[in-house]
Parts: sequence; structure tokens; C-alpha cells
Amino acid sequence: MGNVGGMNIVVLIKQVPDTWSERRLTDSDHTLDRASADVVLDEINERAVEEALKIKEAGGGEVTVVTMGPPRATDAVRKALQMGADSGVHLADDGLHGSCAVRTAQALAKVIGTLGGVDLIIAGNEATDGTIGAIPAMVADVLGLPELTHARKVTVEGRTVTVERETDDGVTVLQADLPAVVSVNEKINEPRYPSFKGIMAAKKKPVRTLSLADAGIAASDVGLAAATSTVIESAPRPPRSAGQVITDEGDGAARLVEYLIGQKLI
Amino acid sequence: MAEVLVLVEHAGGEVKKVTNELLTAAAKLGEPAAVVVGTPGTAGKLSDRLAAYGAAKIYVAESDQVNQFLTAPAVGVLAELLASVQPAAVLIAASPDGKEIAGKLAVRTGSGLLSDAVELAEDCTATHSVFGGTYLAKSKATTPVAVITIRAGAIEPVCSPGAAVEQTLEVPVVRAGTTAKIVERRPVEGGDRPELTEASVVVSGGRGVGSADNFAIVEKLADSLGAAVGASRAAVDSGFYPHQFQVGQTGKTVAPQLYVALGISGAIQHRAGMQTSKTIIAVNKDSEAPIFEIADFGVVGDLFTIAPQLTEAVTKRKG
Ligand SMILES: Cc1cc2nc3c(=O)[nH]c(=O)nc-3n(C[C@H](O)[C@H](O)[C@H](O)COP(=O)(O)OP(=O)(O)OC[C@H]3O[C@@H](n4cnc5c(N)ncnc54)[C@H](O)[C@@H]3O)c2cc1C
Ligand SMILES: Nc1ncnc2c1ncn2[C@@H]1O[C@H](COP(=O)(O)O)[C@@H](O)[C@H]1O
Repeated sequence: MGNVGGMNIVVLIKQVPDTWSERRLTDSDHTLDRASADVVLDEINERAVEEALKIKEAGGGEVTVVTMGPPRATDAVRKALQMGADSGVHLADDGLHGSCAVRTAQALAKVIGTLGGVDLIIAGNEATDGTIGAIPAMVADVLGLPELTHARKVTVEGRTVTVERETDDGVTVLQADLPAVVSVNEKINEPRYPSFKGIMAAKKKPVRTLSLADAGIAASDVGLAAATSTVIESAPRPPRSAGQVITDEGDGAARLVEYLIGQKLI
Repeated sequence: MAEVLVLVEHAGGEVKKVTNELLTAAAKLGEPAAVVVGTPGTAGKLSDRLAAYGAAKIYVAESDQVNQFLTAPAVGVLAELLASVQPAAVLIAASPDGKEIAGKLAVRTGSGLLSDAVELAEDCTATHSVFGGTYLAKSKATTPVAVITIRAGAIEPVCSPGAAVEQTLEVPVVRAGTTAKIVERRPVEGGDRPELTEASVVVSGGRGVGSADNFAIVEKLADSLGAAVGASRAAVDSGFYPHQFQVGQTGKTVAPQLYVALGISGAIQHRAGMQTSKTIIAVNKDSEAPIFEIADFGVVGDLFTIAPQLTEAVTKRKG
């Protein structure tokens, strides 16, 4: 990494409904029902934080976590600080409610812009709630930075970042000069648990809450009214019901075959 | 009739199946116009197939630069087309690359992004299967052009010949400073099995399979059924099977005619990737396993007994 003071790393984190809990959309405007769900720091973002901490530990620097979300998303920021991130920035404003992907990416880019001198931005490859799988590339596009996404391995040497990008097509090795945006996949690492010391230290770490005005974002540029797309209808699907369950008494496979033939599946 | 741009997914000189699905969806909204972004000589190999699935036009954007960068050439081509032809919509496969191309195109042109649609209506309303298939939501763009990614396998492709009139375009030069460059490609060797997201039958193994070697049992059953092989995250994490075959919340979403779960408990995050399958079969030795709550036919038993017997019976029947 070489440069004095090490890397200035930003990690984009998101609080999401726990995938273990029942997740809902609100009846009124079909946005995520954040009030009803247990919420957690998305697991993929724990991995993003872990990767940032590893890079910092190897070459020095600062890790700042950034989130855009409702007031309680501060808990996600706190979790990242407990893991070892140095500070947090939380864009929270009632005007953000219902922002679409395009406006979210633009707002995140604005917040990153207020930080200055950022070397590396690390995100998850896909959030478990919206599963857009594109915010990191979109943020990079707005900032005019290269994106290296779906990384299962990240290496920083001097001012060059190299990643192994893993998709169905196989592995593609990508390289770019810093500053750059990286997104990680779930094979990247195993995130650490906050230690007792980490939990205590996090209480004293700074978290800055930004309003739209603080971040230099016009209220007319975000929220439901400015959304480039809207959900117009939503409904839970009836849950799948159980079919027949048999216990194998030597004829299990035969009965399974009978079933498949009956259903014209074989 | 307004054009509907379809970004062609292709590999090794062949059109990927999802492209036929996108062309079929495009015909509902307007006039399907295929956009081929590739190295010189690519479109020539694809045009017959694109014509067969209804491409009225084929925009050919070829350049040697296409191989050096991932998504930037396609985004550049689509952004210019979007400005010049004012399409009703741009349709892109909801693959990892497709999602990023769509996202960048949407943010660059200020267009609404509709992500991972499983259905598309004439008026550009997209239906999405969210929270692992537990919700259906419909969305629309509020902008003149909608950029829509569509889930592979969701739309039944229909053969319907199109004129396939070719028009050549320049690929905008990619600025190296703002784009990561590809320094190496290690493609996966495609076996004989169908792709996971395209297969009509999927046979998946979980932690209960016990080892990487034992996954041969899963593969044999899959091969007898002409199926793709999938795996739970626990199986992937244990090193039994490669990550790209993971089914679930953070893996692939599949909705085949038949899904067979072997030694998989059926955790909510696994179900998120497979519970919209038409028929679900489960073999698990624990009668309390949650997978039985959603299985159409479940066998409480040992997969090491049942799976080989099933393979044999299926093979015999096909024989
Ligand atoms: C954010 C997040 C994302 C996740 N994403 C995914 C995902 O994408 N995909 C996914 O699968 N999981 C995912 N998980 C993990 C998920 O919670 C479960 O841990 C995982 O699905 C369990 O896999 P399994 O069923 O193979 O293993 P287990 O839960 O250990 O179940 C193994 C089953 O095998 C049975 N068994 C054992 N031996 C035999 C035998 N001889 N014959 C028959 N049955 C046998 C056992 O009875 C048991 O039910 C995610 C978790 C989180 C928190
Ligand atoms: N509201 C948000 N605040 C901060 N980061 C976000 C937000 N939304 C998405 N991201 C980042 O983008 C990644 C991919 O999310 P997505 O493209 O929405 O699937 C996430 O894992 C985060 O790192």
C-alpha cells in the first residue's frame, strides 16, 4: 500500500430484515415493512467489513462504514464498529423513504463524495432484501470509478487492486488503479465476531448522522416522489403446503417412482 | 411501434437460451431489436437464431475492445442506442453481468430499473418474486424508458421469425482509467449437464451427502433424469461441491418442473432459492426436517439407499 497513513477504505453496509424471520412488504406503499421484521447487518456486509479490516491490518489506514437507511440502521453501523471499523456515516432522512435503486446509488455516491480522499470502496455483491445486485456498479458509475465486483479474493498492491471475480462463467481476474469500488461474494472470508474489547471500544467511536441537506442532496432527488420506478402492487404468495410423506420400509424408492410416473415427471 | 432493445447473451458463438426468452417478452411490448455486443465476427454466428425468435432488427456492435472489459462496452452501446432510438424498454438477462449492465445504464440515463422480473405485461409492468418467492410484487418505471432485467427460465420462449435487419454500430471507446481491465479468464469447463437456472429438473445435495466423493450419488441421479446438480450452502461450505451450484438466498434461484432435495434440511434460506419449483421431492432421514413442509412427496429414509434405487429405476424406465 505504501502511501503514508495507509488506505482510506469505505464500506457500504445495509441493514436488512433477518433472512431467518418472516419478511413482508407494507400494504400501504409496498415498501419494505421494516417495523415488523427483525433486522440485522446483512451477512454479506459483515464480509465486506472483514475484508476492509484485513486490508487495514496489512497496510494501515482507516475504515469508515456508510449506510443509507432509517434511524434504526444505526444498529448495523454499530455492529460494524464493534467488529473493528473506525467510524460510521449514516444518511438518514424521512425524505429517503421509498427511494429506488437509481436514487439510492446517486445518494450513496454523494455521501462518499463528502468524505474525500477515499481509496477503496467495498460493498456486498447483492443485498438479501432487494437482491438488485447492482448498487456497487451503479455507485462506481456515478463516481466515475472502476468496479471490480463479485470478488472471492481481493489483493491490494501499491495503488493497484486485483480481484478474482467468480460467476457462472468461471473466474475472471480483474485489475484497476485506485480509487476503485469492489464488491465481495460470500466465499471471500469468514467475518470475525465482535470481541468484548471491540464492543466496548465501539461505544466511543464516532457515528455521523447526515440529513439530506448535510449530504448536499436535494429533497426532490430522492424518496418515493423522485423514484424512477415504483412498486404498484404486492401480495404474499400462499405458502406451499406439505404433500405426502412416507417412511421408507424398503419400498420408498419404488413408491417415489410411482409418484413421479403418476405426475408424468418421468 | 416502439423498439424494445434486447441485449443478447452469448458465449462461444452461441446465443444463450435466456435471450430467446427476452425476445419473446420483447415482442409483447413492441418491436424486438436484438443488440449484439461482441468481438468482430460474433453477430454473424448468432443472427439466424435471433431471427428465429423474432428479432426484427439486429444492432451489431463489434470491437476487439469488448474482450478486454466486462460490462463497459455493452453499457456504452446501450446508452447511445437509448438516446437515438427512444425504445419502449431495454431487456437484459438478470445474470450477474446483466444486472450490473442494467444498473449502470439506468443510473447513467436516469431510467427506472426493474430488477429480476419473472413476468412482463404489455404496459411494461414487471412482476417480481421477492423474499425467496414468498411475495409477488408488481412494479413500473416512472421514466420514458424502463430498463428491465428478466430472470432466466421465467418466460416460455416462442419461435416466431423476425426480419432480422442488421444495422452496424460503433462500440464507444472504453476509458481505461474508469474501467477495470480483464487480466485473465478461467472459464469453467461446461459439462454435459444443463445449466442450473435453465434446467427443467434439478437434483440437489446437502450436508447429508457427507462428502465430495459421495456427491457422485447426486450426480448419477441427476444424469438419469437429465437434470442439473445443485447444492445447499452447507454442502458448499463443507467443500462437497463448487460454489456456483449453490441454490438459495445467496445462491441460485431455480424454479424447475421437478426439484429433488437429498439430505437437505430445508432451512428458510435454501427454500428461498427453490420453493417456486413445480414439484418438490425430498429424501431426508429426519422426519422432522422442515423440507417436508414444502415437499409434494417426501421419503423419510437414507439417501444412500433411496437415491441409487431411484437412479436405477429411472434408467430402466428410460432404457
Ligand atoms: C444470510 C444467509 C444466507 C444463506 N444462504 C443460503 C443459500 O443460498 N443456500 C442454502 O442452502 N443455505 C443458505 N444459508 C444456510 C442455511 O441457513 C442452512 O444452514 C443450510 O441451508 C443448511 O444446509 P443443509 O440442509 O445441507 O444442512 P443441514 O441443515 O445440516 O441438513 C442436513 C440434512 O441432511 C439429513 N441427512 C443426513 N444424513 C442423511 C442421510 N444419510 N440420508 C438422508 N438424509 C440425511 C439430516 O437429517 C439433515 O436434515 C444461508 C444462511 C444465511 C444466514
Ligand atoms: N442503502 C444502502 N446503504 C449502504 N449500502 C448499500 C445500500 N444498498 C445497497 N448497498 C450496498 O450494495 C450492496 C449490494 O446491494 P444491492 O445492489 O442492493 O443488491 C450491498 O451489500 C451494500 O454493500
